[in-house]
Amino acid sequence: MTDLLEIRDLKIEATSYPPGEKPRDVTLVEGVTLKLPKGRVMGLIGESGAGKSTIGLSTLAYGRGGVRITGGQVVLNGQDILALSPGALRRLRGKTVTYVAQSAAASFNPAKKLIDQVIETTLAAGTPRAEARARAVELFRKLSLPSPETIGERFPHQVSGGQLQRVMTAMALCPKPELVIFDEPTTALDVTTQIDVLAAIKAAIRDEGVAALYITHDLAVVAQIADEIMVLRHGKMVELGDTGQIITAPRETYTRDLVSVRQIEHPPKPDGAAPVLTIDAVSARYGRSGPQVLSDVSAVLPQGQTLAVVGESGSGKSTLARVITGLLPPLQGRITFAGRDLSPTMAGRSREDLRELQMIYQMADTAMNPRQTVATIIGRPLEFYFGLKGAEKKARVDALLDEIELGPKFADRFPAELSGGQKQRVCIARALAAKPKMIICDEVTSALDPLVADGILKLLLDLQREEGVAYLFITHDIATVRAIADRIMVMHRGRVVRSGPKAEVLSPPFDAYTDLLLSSVPEMKQGWLEEVTASRRMAAGGE
Amino acid sequence: MSRIPLSALIGLILTAAYFLAAIFASVIAPYGMAEVAGGVWEPMSSAHWLGTDSIGRDLLSRMIYGGQVTIFVATAATIVAFVTGALLGFVAAVSGGWVDQVLSRLVDLFMSIPALILALVILSVMPVTLPVLIAVMGLIESTRVFRLARAVAVDIAVMDYVEAARLRGEGLVWVIFREILPNALSPLVAEAGLRFIFMVLFISTLSFLGLGVQPPLADWGGIVKENKDGIVYGVPAALLPAVAIATLAISVNLVADWILNRTTSLKGGRG
Amino acid sequence: MSIHPVARLLAQRIALGLILLFAASILIFAGTQILPGDVAQSILGQSATPQSLANLRAELGLDQPAATRYLAWLTGALHGDLGTALTNGQDIATAMSQRLGNTLFLAGTAAVISVPLALILGLVSVRYRGRWPDKLISAVTLSTVSVPEFLLGYLAMFFLAVQHRIFPSVSTVYDSMGVLEKLHAIGLPVLVLVLVVLGHMMRMTRAAILNVMQSPYVETAELKGLRPFTIIARHALPNAIAPVVNVVMLNMAYLVVGVVVVEVVFVYPGMGQYLVDHVAKRDVPVVQACGLVFAAVYIGLNMLADLVAILANPRLRHPR
Repeated sequence: MTDLLEIRDLKIEATSYPPGEKPRDVTLVEGVTLKLPKGRVMGLIGESGAGKSTIGLSTLAYGRGGVRITGGQVVLNGQDILALSPGALRRLRGKTVTYVAQSAAASFNPAKKLIDQVIETTLAAGTPRAEARARAVELFRKLSLPSPETIGERFPHQVSGGQLQRVMTAMALCPKPELVIFDEPTTALDVTTQIDVLAAIKAAIRDEGVAALYITHDLAVVAQIADEIMVLRHGKMVELGDTGQIITAPRETYTRDLVSVRQIEHPPKPDGAAPVLTIDAVSARYGRSGPQVLSDVSAVLPQGQTLAVVGESGSGKSTLARVITGLLPPLQGRITFAGRDLSPTMAGRSREDLRELQMIYQMADTAMNPRQTVATIIGRPLEFYFGLKGAEKKARVDALLDEIELGPKFADRFPAELSGGQKQRVCIARALAAKPKMIICDEVTSALDPLVADGILKLLLDLQREEGVAYLFITHDIATVRAIADRIMVMHRGRVVRSGPKAEVLSPPFDAYTDLLLSSVPEMKQGWLEEVTASRRMAAGGE
Repeated sequence: MSRIPLSALIGLILTAAYFLAAIFASVIAPYGMAEVAGGVWEPMSSAHWLGTDSIGRDLLSRMIYGGQVTIFVATAATIVAFVTGALLGFVAAVSGGWVDQVLSRLVDLFMSIPALILALVILSVMPVTLPVLIAVMGLIESTRVFRLARAVAVDIAVMDYVEAARLRGEGLVWVIFREILPNALSPLVAEAGLRFIFMVLFISTLSFLGLGVQPPLADWGGIVKENKDGIVYGVPAALLPAVAIATLAISVNLVADWILNRTTSLKGGRG
Repeated sequence: MSIHPVARLLAQRIALGLILLFAASILIFAGTQILPGDVAQSILGQSATPQSLANLRAELGLDQPAATRYLAWLTGALHGDLGTALTNGQDIATAMSQRLGNTLFLAGTAAVISVPLALILGLVSVRYRGRWPDKLISAVTLSTVSVPEFLLGYLAMFFLAVQHRIFPSVSTVYDSMGVLEKLHAIGLPVLVLVLVVLGHMMRMTRAAILNVMQSPYVETAELKGLRPFTIIARHALPNAIAPVVNVVMLNMAYLVVGVVVVEVVFVYPGMGQYLVDHVAKRDVPVVQACGLVFAAVYIGLNMLADLVAILANPRLRHPR
């Protein structure tokens, strides 16, 4: 049996321009070899910088920015496409091989109707307009888009993110390609939307009998859709195998780590601790006439414990953090902290209030002043709250750097010289420096690769054990919640839909939204997607 | 940092040369500013390297002294524009609310009239002296600096590290000088270069129109005006100060371009 | 009846333009009337007798409160009455109409030449980005934007009028001249204006188009295997219209200022010359009137740019 695609010993380089230094060539991908038969789906998985998107685009003989394919062959239907003329390459792109990008919202031309963009290449291939249109509508239907007959008449900004991602899939499938590259198509979506898009994409791929490369960083997602999985790291192949083998019997240590990620456990804490934070019937909105983003939210966080606030985008979870910190005074409601009433505005709070309530942000990059060294960043709260100076301050900074497992040698570095995980650790040290009673963690692991995120979660748990600090942990990721929470609060459209101790919140019977949310989280097993969609269809049919 | 591109190096050398010539004008100029040293519009010679002007003064000496006036006025006006514009811009960005609204709308209004036209309107009733020129040019241009300073500061003020500082309880002074200013400095320095060029062109244009630096003082624009009638007779005396203006402007531009590129590459951008 | 949001935005923008023009008129009036310098004093000079000063003040209406004088001035201006010149007693509106026509003819000719040229050069620059045509265009335009208008003017005069006598060195135009004759007369000023505006316009056009060409949807089009021409025509241009029109309008506004200096260099009987002459003579009513006209043109062009940007925005044209 002949292979549709064969990549042999691929080498991809780019020129990097570090400021103040000579430009140098860096190798993004090296020695990658793979074979993909017709109609099969291969998953490419790895952390950021693993070179998975770069490999995906090489099957279109395309490099983003200064990226160049410098070695190896990409053979499609027996022909090395790297040797094709520009004209022949154009006939290949968009007809034989098509591409679905991570951000459909940015990848559609904002000035043109969707249908015109979807059928553009089909028309260029000589298909009559009516026929191309009918094909597009059929695909819209296959991808379970609402009103498939007319949705094409809309402009990109008139359609939701999840729908747009499905329209882009339709655009890729419309010219009946032999190979489709999916580049993280569901990463930007909420988890309850992701499952629908995933199911739609999978059905469409099977239906059309097209081969695909499915690129993602989420092993549980790719396990639902791929026949084979290639694990990549630093531009090199780590492991290649059948999906079942990779997720149940990984051979390499790195793959094993990826499979077992987010299986951190911590012992349950005794009940009866006094609350450090009590939120009582808080409502809030932005501006004087904006829509209400928080309605009647109440919560309790006991001392030294973790309250996880879970919700999708638009649930109001980040707004809740702004209300607690005093950045957004609530419309009504009361917040009690460490036994005293908190003033609704930041200006009305004492330095003691500010010190005992610290915050860690999602993007460690923007949470640190790029012009300050690590020592200044961690030292400032020591100086500001406790008046520490000179050797005393330095000793405390070094001790904090040890606590976050970096060590004093990091003191003189600037944020730009740190990796993503190291940056987040420094932010944790800055919060700890204030000796807070409570830290608000706003999606602190969502921008990190899974293994790095795991390290951060473990560190946070260790620190909680040693320092007795409480966390208000805001996240959209259920696996993170399972790992770190003592209590859970589920939010949806500005309201609390469920709250209580972890075991209680995560056990049935569920309310409708929590059920939807929990059941939408991909599980690391084959066939999960089918099980969930089947059970949902049954539930819908039974009603 | 280690390597300066050739274009920026040329720009730096020329800019430095012009500034040094301006500072040491009285030392290096062969003749006096108002000294009649030869015939009318003499060609270039060993006595008069650049020839003489419309009433027989040494053109090189007048160019050196003129450069002093031009560079002094432009520098002073740039400083006025920067101190006023940057300070108000930062205050508007950090305080927000009605302070920002009032300042921003006022600046919109000033910018709705072309700078040269507004300067002409004001100068039609004001005594044209150096301090008045510096103040008028500086204040008109400060609106442009305000826009930039405010935009840069607003971008920085929404960063999480500024929010973190405010949540820590830091005051306005710390936020402006320790969190925002260090990160706003590079674009502002590059802007200072561009504003300086603009000031050189501005004062030269005003003087050329006869509404800038008044005799007996002369700047480059004024020297062009004095010698413009020579053009028709084929005397290039008017072109030389104009060329000086252009080369100074281009050199500073090259330096500013380099600084701007360096700052953007520092921020990293994509990848 | 609900109003289409685009119509509402357009109406808002036009209203804003009118408010701005009104505020600008106050600024121009205040700039000439309330500043520390006394108009009468500056007209008559330091040696004036108190009696002649008082007479002139009464003649100028300076004995009345500023607000009253402003209202009288504005009402007059709205009815086409811009007052009379102090220096020669001529009606300003009459004297100006001829000159305004001349200036519009000069600026219009420069615009007709420079806009297409700048767009073509901008596209060439983008097409050959980083290669020699781009570098050449960028180096030449960097020089023309750094050079004062009067240097370009005298260089052109020196080489094209004095040494080669292709164009006249002084651009005199009469009513009785034919169009071709007039165009020949204004050859040099047009050339200078084109050079001045071209640099700015080309650089900004290049930046605007590059910005669109680097967007993900152009990458999508490229990965669809479309021809380069199709990509530019169908995917880049519709999104580049608004920024490019904005660039053109901004530079037309720049032309308005450039024209002042160029008219003085070539002794062209237009608005710029008129304004500069009367600033020197401290003829305040003329300066006010000219300032108002320049501001109106400038504000109008900026408003036009905003209106086009609103109309070209698909998000506004097709609301959710």
